[in-house]
Amino acid sequence: MTSATDSDQADHQVRTTGGLVIEDLGVSLTGKDVDVVDDIDLVLKPGEVVGLVGESGSGKTTVGTSLLNYSRAGAHISSGKVLLEDRDVLQLPWKEVRKLRGEEIAYVPQDPASALNPSIRIGKQLVELQQLRGIGTSESRLAAARAGLEEVGLPSDDEFLRRYAHQLSGGQVQRVALAMAFLPKPKVLVLDEPTTGLDVTTQKMVLDTMAALCRTYGVSALYVTHDLAVVANIADRVAVMYAGQIAELGPRDTIFANPSHPYTRALLDSIPHLSQARALKGIPGRTPSPGRRPGGCRFNDRCSFAVDRCRDEVPALREIAPEHEVRCHRVGEIGTWDINIGTVPDADPDKPRDVILSVDGLNVFYGRKQVVHDVTFDLAKGEVVALVGESGSGKTTISRSVGGLHKDWTGTLTFEGRPLATSARKRTSDDRRRMQYIFQNPYLSLNPRLTIEQIIKRPMELFGLAKGKEATERVVELMGQVALGSQMLHYQASRLSGGERQRVAIARALAAEPDVMICDEITSALDVSVQGSIVELLEGLRLERGISMLFVTHNLALVRSIAARVEILQAGKVVEEGSVVRVMDTPQQDYTKTLLGNSPRID
Amino acid sequence: MTQEATLPDPLAEVAPPRGRSGGAAWGIWLARRLGLAVLTLWLVSIVVFLATAALGDPVRAILGRDYGTNVARREQLEAQLGIGDSIITRYFDWLGGLLTGDFGTSLANQQPVWGQISSSVVNSLVLVLLSALAMVPLAFGIAMISSHYRRKRPDTVIQTILLALAGVPEFVTGILLVSVFSTTVFKIFPAVTLVAPGGAPWDEPKSMVLPVLTLVIAVTPYVSRIVRATLLEVLDSDYVELARLKGIPEPVVMRKHALLNAIVPGIQVVSLQLAWLAGGVVLVETLFQYPGVGRQLVDSVRNHDVAMVQALSMIIAGVYIVVNLVADVLSILLTPRARTAISS
Repeated sequence: MTSATDSDQADHQVRTTGGLVIEDLGVSLTGKDVDVVDDIDLVLKPGEVVGLVGESGSGKTTVGTSLLNYSRAGAHISSGKVLLEDRDVLQLPWKEVRKLRGEEIAYVPQDPASALNPSIRIGKQLVELQQLRGIGTSESRLAAARAGLEEVGLPSDDEFLRRYAHQLSGGQVQRVALAMAFLPKPKVLVLDEPTTGLDVTTQKMVLDTMAALCRTYGVSALYVTHDLAVVANIADRVAVMYAGQIAELGPRDTIFANPSHPYTRALLDSIPHLSQARALKGIPGRTPSPGRRPGGCRFNDRCSFAVDRCRDEVPALREIAPEHEVRCHRVGEIGTWDINIGTVPDADPDKPRDVILSVDGLNVFYGRKQVVHDVTFDLAKGEVVALVGESGSGKTTISRSVGGLHKDWTGTLTFEGRPLATSARKRTSDDRRRMQYIFQNPYLSLNPRLTIEQIIKRPMELFGLAKGKEATERVVELMGQVALGSQMLHYQASRLSGGERQRVAIARALAAEPDVMICDEITSALDVSVQGSIVELLEGLRLERGISMLFVTHNLALVRSIAARVEILQAGKVVEEGSVVRVMDTPQQDYTKTLLGNSPRID
Repeated sequence: MTQEATLPDPLAEVAPPRGRSGGAAWGIWLARRLGLAVLTLWLVSIVVFLATAALGDPVRAILGRDYGTNVARREQLEAQLGIGDSIITRYFDWLGGLLTGDFGTSLANQQPVWGQISSSVVNSLVLVLLSALAMVPLAFGIAMISSHYRRKRPDTVIQTILLALAGVPEFVTGILLVSVFSTTVFKIFPAVTLVAPGGAPWDEPKSMVLPVLTLVIAVTPYVSRIVRATLLEVLDSDYVELARLKGIPEPVVMRKHALLNAIVPGIQVVSLQLAWLAGGVVLVETLFQYPGVGRQLVDSVRNHDVAMVQALSMIIAGVYIVVNLVADVLSILLTPRARTAISS
């Protein structure tokens, strides 16, 4: 709870300098007495970027849109103040709120592909607000739109203004959204995971653009994300949210050098580093949804430092150092944190390799268009080889060809010395069994009509590995291995979280007792903390079962922690390959250097 | 480091669309669709011909009990239908006639078919078009109001009424309207359409009201429910949320951002309903004695007038195909992604 003096101080700050103050903000579910977020106190100083970090379900987006007095259907803002220069946004009449949106507080949406209206040309969307408000003439609005596009590094000619959103790439759409948000020169900007789903180069470009614009116009920004590594590069201060409350708040350097809440530490432990391999760790359990949050400290059921007091007593946000606030009973009792905790030796580049799968001269076509050119690499037993590249580099195409899902390719694919047919249909049942594919999006790769038991059992029945009761026992065993409780046996996939679904997908692949697993961006749709636990799981499987993995990703830091060898792809060609240590410590090619330079890092 | 220099050129990321010069591509696309439409029409002609002329003995069907007694009439019919020729010859004779605009001669009164049906075709088209003109704005308006109040009381009331209307057969609606507006309660509109010889039904505009109203009530619920469902989906989309967060007033969000993206499923269902109206107005036309194709089709079937049935079936099929073609073209024109895919 904020004391009176705190808010007085904050008020004072606003009057002299502008910015935005959030006081005791709460959002509840409509019709129920359940808080989605509560007790949020946060100050955005002018020109300052504040990172708001948390897992899915922590309420971070809810806080973000509350600044514009907006809540999604089913929830409403139940308490608190959002002060913009003495005016409480939450108490303003509806018409003034609408006027304030866009002009004074702007919002940059999460998903670049779906955030622009598919039926309106971008030139029109850019000037729409000004046109409705009657700001300027049509010429001046058009000129402003062109200038705005140039500011974000996009072309500003008529041809570009006449395009629709689908005629732009993901990075271009996101920069159009940025330009649109900046056009009315707002004072405050709310960015809701604007770079999720973009590859590192585009992400860097968008982040740089955003930072430059904020500096130029003195805009305060709230940057909402699940990825602490992104925040490390752009934020001045960081607020870590858990289960609807701020768990820790402080200047960026303090948060990364001296994280004091066990949750912040756990988040940091789940992030892979570029400079050194780490044994990534997830956070056990999952973020409790509103209404199911435990009493006492909300993190107590997932916290490795929890004591009885944590279960009984609700902790307050306390200042432990200037500007550094933590909501934990045991601050100061749980020791210090070191960024190098969890560091492990990199994969040994000189380890003898026993090749199980080799790809030679792979050319892949979509119709007449060749998308992969003469790619050659191999995979040894118990080894992880990473295919890395930006979107459109052909990494997924290669993995689909190797898996036999795409058959329009030439070259040789040798599995234990035997050539494999192009399509999975033509391969023997045993070859199909021994090579399993795990897809990127666990929300789409599990049949929503089947129970988890049926999903995992299917490969066993298909390949005649087990039947009936024996199969069920094996399903329970496999679910144990991927850290899913057997109570989920009869659940349907819709009841599971993203991370749990991906575990089911992994268990399904394991059910076939494969020798090779092809993992196609399997963590990119998931929170960083969930990614950490999935990587932990895969590493365990590799060591125990000696499974080889082809790991497709755009995240180089992740590669460092999981893979032994890496293939850097650009436009369907391998530009650099070798052991992870060699490629990442002494990159030879400019492209690899650019990728490394653009990757967000906290080390 | 000079990272900026190695960044990909934003223009190169996506090939620019070829702009408005895709005329040739459009021409090819349209030619293909027209070709398919003609092919469909041809297949329909085979089905219509087989069903009406080739199966069984049409002359026996026409004459019934007179088949054995009225030899002169039988021979005259056999000559007119060309029973002596092979079925293929007869089909091509008929098809050739259709292509040259000769729909044949009515068996019932020996008049050219086209002369008899042309006015009823026009009458029916006018009826359907008037209904469509009233129905489309009404259905979209109701859908917008309903989705604006989603799951609140006005929405529930509207949806209940629509569902009830959709469940009532159109002739029951018609009878109800007649009893309310022309017989028992009020006497505002005529209950039947009386057309002077050589005149048209719209010479007496009042007489058009009840048939149009009946059709509008029959069709609006379907269209409205589909458009509402699409609108609800669109209103949940990220771009509508962004428009609201951008400070766009709600009516503009609904009109510009939401409706524009919900209109295509609306067009599809409107086209299906219009096509249904073209052939399915039989009951309504009969009820109001409206001189349209539906009524004429029923009469012709009753009279075993093969030539008339064939001609009317082909015209109804033609309307189906044209309406669907128009709907497809409109859908593509209104979906930028589909439109630009054709021209580039």
